[in-house]
Amino acid sequence: MINRRQIKLTEGIDWPIMGLYFALVFVGLLSIFAAEYREGDNIWNDIIHLNKNYARQLMWLGISGVLATIIWLTDSKFFTATANLLYAGGILLLLLVLGIGKDVKGSHSWLVIGGFQFQPAELTKLCTNLALAKYLSSLETDFTKLRPRLIAAALALVPCGIIILQDETGLALVYFSFFLVMYREGLPGLLLIIAFSGIVLVLSALLVDKNILFIIFSVLTVLVIYFSRREIKRHRSRLAVILGIWAFCSVFVMFIVPMAFTKVLKDYQVRRIEVMLGKENDPKATYNTRQSMIAIGSGGIFGKGYLKGTQTRYDFVPEQSTDFIFCTVGEDFGFLGTLIFVGLYVGLLLRIIFVAERQRSTFSRVYAYGVASIIFFHMAINISMTIGLAPVIGIPLPLVSYGGSSLMTFTMLIFIMLRLDADRQMVLR
Amino acid sequence: MSVYNQPRKRVIQFIILGMVMLIVVRLFFLQVIEKKYSKLADANAVLRKVVYPSRGIIFDRKKRSILSNDAMYDLVVTPIAAKNIDTSYLCQILQIDKEEFKRRIATAIIKNGSRRVSVFASLLPPDMFGRLQESMYMFQPGFDLVQRQIRSYPFSAAANILGYIGEVSPQMLVKPAYSAYNQGDYLGMTGLERAYESVLMGQRGIQYLVKDNLNRPQGSYEKGEFDTAAIAGKNLHLSLDIDLQVLGEHLMRNKIGSIVAIDPQTGGLLAMVSAPTYDPNLLTGSYRARNFSRLFVDTTKPLFNRAIQAGYPPGSSMKPLTALIALDEGVITPSFGFPCHGAYVNCGRPIACTHTTPGHAANLRLAIANSCNAYFVHLYRLEVDAPKWGGVKKGHQKWHDYISSFGLGHRLGVDIPGESGGKAIDTAGMNKLYNGQWNSCSELYVGMGQGQVVATPLQMANAMCIIANRGSYFLPHFVHSIDGDESDPILKKYKEKHTVAHVADTSYRSVIYGMQDVVESGTGRVAQIEGVIVCGKTGTAENNAVVDGKLVKLKNHSVFVAFAPRDNPKIAIAVIVENAGFGATYAAPIASLIMEKYLHDTISVKRKPMMKTLLEYNTLDPIVREKSKLDSLNGATAKMTSDQILKLYFRD
Repeated sequence: MINRRQIKLTEGIDWPIMGLYFALVFVGLLSIFAAEYREGDNIWNDIIHLNKNYARQLMWLGISGVLATIIWLTDSKFFTATANLLYAGGILLLLLVLGIGKDVKGSHSWLVIGGFQFQPAELTKLCTNLALAKYLSSLETDFTKLRPRLIAAALALVPCGIIILQDETGLALVYFSFFLVMYREGLPGLLLIIAFSGIVLVLSALLVDKNILFIIFSVLTVLVIYFSRREIKRHRSRLAVILGIWAFCSVFVMFIVPMAFTKVLKDYQVRRIEVMLGKENDPKATYNTRQSMIAIGSGGIFGKGYLKGTQTRYDFVPEQSTDFIFCTVGEDFGFLGTLIFVGLYVGLLLRIIFVAERQRSTFSRVYAYGVASIIFFHMAINISMTIGLAPVIGIPLPLVSYGGSSLMTFTMLIFIMLRLDADRQMVLR
Repeated sequence: MSVYNQPRKRVIQFIILGMVMLIVVRLFFLQVIEKKYSKLADANAVLRKVVYPSRGIIFDRKKRSILSNDAMYDLVVTPIAAKNIDTSYLCQILQIDKEEFKRRIATAIIKNGSRRVSVFASLLPPDMFGRLQESMYMFQPGFDLVQRQIRSYPFSAAANILGYIGEVSPQMLVKPAYSAYNQGDYLGMTGLERAYESVLMGQRGIQYLVKDNLNRPQGSYEKGEFDTAAIAGKNLHLSLDIDLQVLGEHLMRNKIGSIVAIDPQTGGLLAMVSAPTYDPNLLTGSYRARNFSRLFVDTTKPLFNRAIQAGYPPGSSMKPLTALIALDEGVITPSFGFPCHGAYVNCGRPIACTHTTPGHAANLRLAIANSCNAYFVHLYRLEVDAPKWGGVKKGHQKWHDYISSFGLGHRLGVDIPGESGGKAIDTAGMNKLYNGQWNSCSELYVGMGQGQVVATPLQMANAMCIIANRGSYFLPHFVHSIDGDESDPILKKYKEKHTVAHVADTSYRSVIYGMQDVVESGTGRVAQIEGVIVCGKTGTAENNAVVDGKLVKLKNHSVFVAFAPRDNPKIAIAVIVENAGFGATYAAPIASLIMEKYLHDTISVKRKPMMKTLLEYNTLDPIVREKSKLDSLNGATAKMTSDQILKLYFRD
């Protein structure tokens, strides 16, 4: 096998994913450059001295390339073998950050190593994905039972909890994407419905007066009881279920949500959610979202042209090379550009799902679904945030946003998947 | 298991595509449907910057710049970058304390935010600028020096003529006339700066700059496609002779009054002194606000341009005009004599005359030369009572028409703002004053330039032009050409020759001879100039003021009007020294020195003692003088001794 690799290094690589990977990274570099470049800058000088983000991103891309090559040359058994170890290491790293981490932009989630900042919360996505795949592919795991489901959920939620303690709520949210993987592996669909209902409940609790909601719930409950009175006569327990749902919804809306908003969430988080819901009109609070929407909206159908955007180039949009990088695409390339750009992600996600489904081992499939879920969560939340569909949550656009931790993590996520896919004919457990 | 879960794959694909559809629909709405975002983006990112052209320069008749632009420096601060500097050293240079430093930084932040540049100390005095420039490297990049144009006056003279510029006020900004100005713009407030504002200001340019989120300019917008270039203001060339102006201001030291000198052949003003005056440089630069308030409240009113705004009784200088009217109406001939014995008694209450010897008013020429009061009040009576008018009311109106045509009683229209019209009472005015019951005796004093006739020094000088030119004049003005162009529409009215009614040349001749006699053998002998025939008329104008509710007679104004030479006249002049005394003592020698300087370009050494006396005369009321803070404001010339000034004019 080693001989074969020497004969043809690229044997078994999934070219569509490779192509989409490079396309996104290239668009990312162009956008970071557009966000930073000013007329008269000495580009070569900036690149050599790593003065600018695009120069550093280029460096991170080089390092990512090295990592990708190492992964590609690694036996795929290595990942199954070390998954649990890596997960444990990841958790330790997160705890370490909690102790000796550095505050950057209000989050206590960074390690500083030799002048470079590193965010372990990014890397632990990879560890968690590996550990989850390992656990679900284990022969002892019967995912139709409650206990394995709870263990799987714990695998995802433990790092999530530590990251919340690091005040990096955005990245913590991403760990919920693993529930999509678990759904694929047999978690009841009811949970998705319940989760969706939960989101609707929270939103309505925020948007509608809680007393009115209580009246609505009560009226609905009475109606449901009235129309299903024959059912209830036959199964007395149904009434208890209906009344239970009514009681839960009422308590949730009237007490839990308001308490969560005043006690658990931070002021700025509450404000961001209120901004998104249109409840808050303070120009200062809405600044980021508004500037971002102005930038994207002013792009029009065809865009202003590369490097012609006035909003993204002159610092109107905050965090424009990291969290708000999508604005550059929107402003310079317009609706057609964003359509193609979003199309790249859709292509990548659907291809990963296709690749996942062709795996013969559960480990590879779960892992690939994990990659798709993480990328999907990042992409959906990030873009929604820039166009005012979601509150401002600081998570990067995969492969595009500036940031070494993020770029390296996604590169490793994808290349481990490519390695596993190349070896799909081997039976892994 | 994978086969079992095929529908779940579909669900996940559906979730992904559903979310992406939501995003695409939102993007379509944002980028394709909604148009407001591109407008918002332009408002965000394009900065409209007004580019100020340099203001026009003002030259005198010999092309010396008397008002030009000078560079001064503002110290500006970017508060966020002003850290880790030696604050106490900076405070020491700027001569402020730490509290003041903190206050100014706070003001800057409140005004412009901490990332934008604000003025920290404006218009630094030269010595402060020098020291600051040396050690500027210590305070950069938080602090910087920025050049700014200010007006400067190399001769420190002609303050009242040139005027000053000031910041446009909120009250002005609401008026449509000032729609072109923005808050903080400077514009001419008085004098030529104001009258020729549209010429001097030039055309402001507009530059569109791309700006960033903190309003910092980042470069030109669309490569300057929409920019308009600034056009520098045009220069004014004046008829003013700055040497004459400076001489006049020297001679009027410690006096209140005015000098107006006009070139009768063009109407161009050669000098216009209003005393006391001030160094115009006081109203530019570092201490403008402080100086302005001190000038504004000063008891001697240095900001008041007496030459065009103050009305004086013309006194005897009016007499030649009375004579001309009488001659033209045909009520007298030049040989008309009046038997004056020291007073005019025909109207009851006697009007005194300085001469008592009979025959001093045996004819017009003698009467002018000896300035006989009785003669001229009688002429007025003859004029208004002339049978051809059929009544004093018609007659007085006729007299008023004459006086008007000589430029009295209404604004002449000089090209600086604020001119007063003086007073020349007409029949309606007389009816009002006397309830309709009056005759030629009621206000006969107007014949000798007292009472219901008041003229500005400019009007008196203009009347001299009319006599010098034998009946014609140009509206007095300062600006000869705009950037060398004399045909500018603004100047049109000053290039038109005006002819006064129909007074015959012979009438003028007898009056002019009378005025020649005034200087050669009459009251104004002190005004003689070697080799030049000077025609003049002294005046000693009585005046009153209301002091503590009572009408008090004040010391007479010393008045002298003249022109020279008699034939082909080159200069006409009016000098008034308030409350000084006889016209011959103060006004006449001042006028004479100015005429000599203008005609001969020097002053003969023989007149040095006289000039010294004039420089040392102090006619200011002691109380006024004590109250005035002017000495400390008046710049270099006020502190010079008379000998130092004399050295400027006489070599030895």
